[in-house]
Amino acid sequence: MSAPDLAEIWVYLSQKPLTGLTVTLVAYALGDWLYEKSGRHPLLNPVPIAIALIAGLLWATDVPYTDYFEGAQFVHFLLGPATVALAVPLYQQLAVLKKSGPALVAGILAGSLTAAGCAVLLGWLGGASETTLLSLAPKSVTAPIAMGIAEQLGGLPSLTAVLVILTGITGGVLGPLVLNLVRVKDWRARGLAMGVAAHGIGTARALQVNAVAGAFAGLAMGLNGLATAILLPAIFALVF
Amino acid sequence: MLIRYLALILGCQLVGETVQVATGLPVPGPVIGMALLFAGLLVRRGLPAGLEGAAGGLLRHLALLFVPAGVGVMLHVPRLAEEWWPILLGIVPGTLIAIAVTALLVERLGRGSIREEDKV
Repeated sequence: MSAPDLAEIWVYLSQKPLTGLTVTLVAYALGDWLYEKSGRHPLLNPVPIAIALIAGLLWATDVPYTDYFEGAQFVHFLLGPATVALAVPLYQQLAVLKKSGPALVAGILAGSLTAAGCAVLLGWLGGASETTLLSLAPKSVTAPIAMGIAEQLGGLPSLTAVLVILTGITGGVLGPLVLNLVRVKDWRARGLAMGVAAHGIGTARALQVNAVAGAFAGLAMGLNGLATAILLPAIFALVF
Repeated sequence: MLIRYLALILGCQLVGETVQVATGLPVPGPVIGMALLFAGLLVRRGLPAGLEGAAGGLLRHLALLFVPAGVGVMLHVPRLAEEWWPILLGIVPGTLIAIAVTALLVERLGRGSIREEDKV
């Protein structure tokens, strides 16, 4: 019996969950290493780096996304428990949250409408197809809620998932630069804006920088999901 | 006891998912689970150290958890290539305008309630 060649070994390994899982962790570790090495430069966010590395590898080796996801789903699964765990930083910042009630509610409503409104308006000006526009509308909302909203509006849920991640990356990478540009110094406002417009990826970034910003981002992500899920289908029903 | 608190977190999610399916609320199960855990902490008036540890472990690398879904970008390359301009317009300026508008509004409305230590 002859030894299998490298290509056969790769075909075997590429179908094992272990490979997808390992690739995900190694790509993220590389991205994180680059990010730390650069002194945490916002443009070197580990998420887009890891996605580009993995997508490039899958494309080069002709492995379908579904095979990769067999392994990566174990990481993906943790998004649910991590969302539940956001109750902890929220509770730790209870005193600040209580004092900021009206600003918080107004900020979430304004952020929800601005994010969806700008996405649809700018996409329409750029000449997007109707399916793309409807998939784009809930892009600032956390992925599971956004996919549900897109389905209700008549968009493509799987396209929405990708647009949501691209939005999160944009907010996580460029958001802090914009906040510096408009000179917002209030950590509550900075965190809330990141959570409203860039959901979990914005929240991840806010948590890294400041505890108050992280708690406001997590709360804003959850409440924005709720607000958008109620407001957006109602507004669409009225307008179209 | 870390296991106990991981079980608590998963349990909140499970109850949240059940409530979501049973009521058809437009909010996903994990977000309902977050609300339940938060309500539990309010009633209990105190954060167990073990729960702080378990939650911290899950949240320390929150960004990593978005990578598998993000790689799904591969599946939509044809549409992204064809409609890259409106998508780019909707996502990049769209998101950054929303961040600036929200932050400026909250900062203005929150002037009366800000503590010195919550400023950059």
